Amino acid sequence: MEIIILLISISVVVAIVFLIAFLWAMKSGQYEDTYGPSVRMLFDDNIKKDENKTEK
Amino acid sequence: MQCIVLEFWNMQTTLPKKPVAEKTYCYHCGDECLFEPILVHEKNFCCEGCKTVYELLQDNGLCDYYELEKTPGLSLKQPKSSEAYEFLDEEVISKKLIDFTDGKTTKVTFYIPAIHCSSCLWLLENLPRLESSVISSRVNFVKKELTIAFQQDNVSLRKIVELLASIGYAPLITLEDEAKEQKKASSPNRKLYAQLGVAGFCFGNTMLLSFPEYLGFDGDEDYLKQFVGYLNFLLALPVVFYSAQDYFVSAFKSLRKKFVNIDVPISLGIAALFLRSTYEVFLGGEAGYFDSLAGLLFFLLIGKWFQSKSYDHLSFERNYTSYFPLAVLKWVDRATRNIPVSDIKKGDILLIRNKELIPADGILISPSASVDYSFVTGESDPVKRTQNDLLYAGGRQQGASIKVLIEKDVSQSYLTQLWNHSSFVKENEEQYQQLINVIARYFTIAVMALATGAFIFWWQQSPTLAVNAFTAVLIVACPCALALATPFTLGNAMVMMGKAGLYLKNTHIIEKMAIINRLVFDKTGTLTYAKDGEVMLGGRYSDDELQAIFSVTGHSTHPLSRKLHEHLSQRFAQKLSVDNFKEIENKGIEAAVNGKAYRIGSPSFCFEEARVSITEGNMVYLAIDGITRGHFSIRTKTRGGLKQVIQKLAASFKTTLLSGDRSTEQTLMKEVFPEETPMYFNQTPEMKLEYVATCQASAEKVMMLGDGLNDAGALQQADVGMAISEDVASFSPASDAILDAKSFERLPTFLLFARRARQIIFICFGVSFAYNIVGLSFAMTGMLTPLLAAILMPVSSISIVALSTVLVRLVAGRLKLT
Repeated sequence: MEIIILLISISVVVAIVFLIAFLWAMKSGQYEDTYGPSVRMLFDDNIKKDENKTEK
Repeated sequence: MQCIVLEFWNMQTTLPKKPVAEKTYCYHCGDECLFEPILVHEKNFCCEGCKTVYELLQDNGLCDYYELEKTPGLSLKQPKSSEAYEFLDEEVISKKLIDFTDGKTTKVTFYIPAIHCSSCLWLLENLPRLESSVISSRVNFVKKELTIAFQQDNVSLRKIVELLASIGYAPLITLEDEAKEQKKASSPNRKLYAQLGVAGFCFGNTMLLSFPEYLGFDGDEDYLKQFVGYLNFLLALPVVFYSAQDYFVSAFKSLRKKFVNIDVPISLGIAALFLRSTYEVFLGGEAGYFDSLAGLLFFLLIGKWFQSKSYDHLSFERNYTSYFPLAVLKWVDRATRNIPVSDIKKGDILLIRNKELIPADGILISPSASVDYSFVTGESDPVKRTQNDLLYAGGRQQGASIKVLIEKDVSQSYLTQLWNHSSFVKENEEQYQQLINVIARYFTIAVMALATGAFIFWWQQSPTLAVNAFTAVLIVACPCALALATPFTLGNAMVMMGKAGLYLKNTHIIEKMAIINRLVFDKTGTLTYAKDGEVMLGGRYSDDELQAIFSVTGHSTHPLSRKLHEHLSQRFAQKLSVDNFKEIENKGIEAAVNGKAYRIGSPSFCFEEARVSITEGNMVYLAIDGITRGHFSIRTKTRGGLKQVIQKLAASFKTTLLSGDRSTEQTLMKEVFPEETPMYFNQTPEMKLEYVATCQASAEKVMMLGDGLNDAGALQQADVGMAISEDVASFSPASDAILDAKSFERLPTFLLFARRARQIIFICFGVSFAYNIVGLSFAMTGMLTPLLAAILMPVSSISIVALSTVLVRLVAGRLKLT
């Protein structure tokens, strides 16, 4: 059963990696604007297309 | 929003009644078109401003703006003058605004209160397509900020701001140092997020690692138990020394002031949990309570996070500088220069243009001035001043530019002196005892007494048992559920109120609102509309005629002409050329436009012979080419449902009316308020403040409702200062709460809701005491096992959270707040 000590240690290390990822995400400001990115990704960046649209 | 009633006034000519037209709404801003809509591409626009924006976007292929959201635009009915942003050309000023520059590329961040939907975001981020020198633009939607990088050689800061203003997104520019610093400092929530993240991480892992202990180890697996114990200890370290930091600091601070707040028993509980668990793991060979410890902190921090939610984009801390223009024109060497308001010195000569604010007390050098002090007093009729008269800060010049010799510094002037008053210095939060802290004091004493009692009781049997019982009491009595009741109830209530149009500075305001017994109202802007009265157009006019009236009234400084002009400026932007303009005092004005003679003024002036003797209110008559065509009447307009609101409030609160202007509208107010209501007119800002202080001296809890700078002192002095604002994001004085003018009718409901919220807190306190009693009965008898603690702690916390949330939502639903 000694192997479980190794397994637990590994699992804790993995968890710590995720904790660090969270702290990094927070520091880099990803929680500052919680609305913008959700709509930004839906915007068309095709300029031609909406020129056609306005002409019709 | 103004309400305009079209009256069909047939005096001499019988006009055919126009069928009531269908309401049309502006394609750009969604406002109802008050006049004949302007048609472009089969789309209706309410004013020139909206049409211009549409055409600009159309030319640049940005009409997706209208596809993302319906009528996303902002009304541009009151366009800014072309000089409005002139000061941005001055390097001293622009330097303060810029975030970063390397000589070629400049980065600047603007606060734009108008950002409200995904269309706004889309348009602002497509700014490079409107102005090619803009390299990038990025919106922070939550903070309503726009960060722009642009090539400074090709385009000036002023041009950028003017472009933003021209499409309806005028940035709010302030040079206030505090605001700047606040903006630069990273969000205070970041630390809380990190603490919460760490606590959550440790909580999850400790729980998982503690499972085998609860399920039971086999006898020969002691090494595993030891290992798990040490690991839990390691995981508990960041929880206690990082996540719990603020509790220890706060408890220490309050104890030093000989005062017990809720953080004291919490810190005691955390310390007891940690020390006892450490002892058990290292010396006793037991598992300890580390999982309970991490769980406790996790829940507490969630509560804190919930309470810390606030309206970041609203400003509750404005001081007088945000009312003043950023820059003024200083007269130096026969020319003018823009200087920042803060640089004004005694002896400077300033040039104040039409509609500009006088920033400091000074002496008039020009022959005459017409100053509108509505900003200070609420009285909108301008006052005439002649050479060598003293002009007080806060007045607005009407008419031609004037020169003023400054007598006092900005901060020493009549208006700003208010800020030196003691009520702006005192720390309101310190004086106010939060409900939870009142309870915490007795709670801590009771817990310490019980713990000591248990210790003494068990001492004879066994010292170990005595220590166990002592620590167990401290652990189980840790007021986790108690501490969660307030943040969750008030946090939920604040969100509910925000949805209904009342924005609070922080959650404590609700507790204060619940114990208010006197309401003090300001009149102008609070109970009546701030800007202009209701303008009623009597008679029918063609578009050309209206435009002519607009042009003629633009030349007059008479208050009634001004109001009429402003009203019509919603429709017209271009003035027609006016000939033979004459203003006859006490009578009216006459002028010729397009060959037609216009006379606007008193009845005797407009009619060849006085046929009618209507003199009620503010009436302006109009004759074109000698034929009387109709009248305009301008009345002060009170807020919708004012009478009902006041009557509801007067039933449960004492009310007072304080007004800065003359008592001309006393009769109107007498109708609204109950008879015995004290009403004071001609109140200076200081007198208002004094009145609030007097009420407080007789042990009354005062809520002040005001709207502007002239109430600032009273708002600050009152237990709750509530500012009423037509445009919540952009303009309101320093206050505890900002009420959207649209939600004025809900005021009685908000106050009732605050009282209910307080009752809900009491219910939650009751429930959490019940949990504590159950826990204590185990602790006192020395039967508190780690498993029991690990179950009791989360169950009590979660049930309190659920209870308070459900109750608040239920009450809000009942009161129809949602």
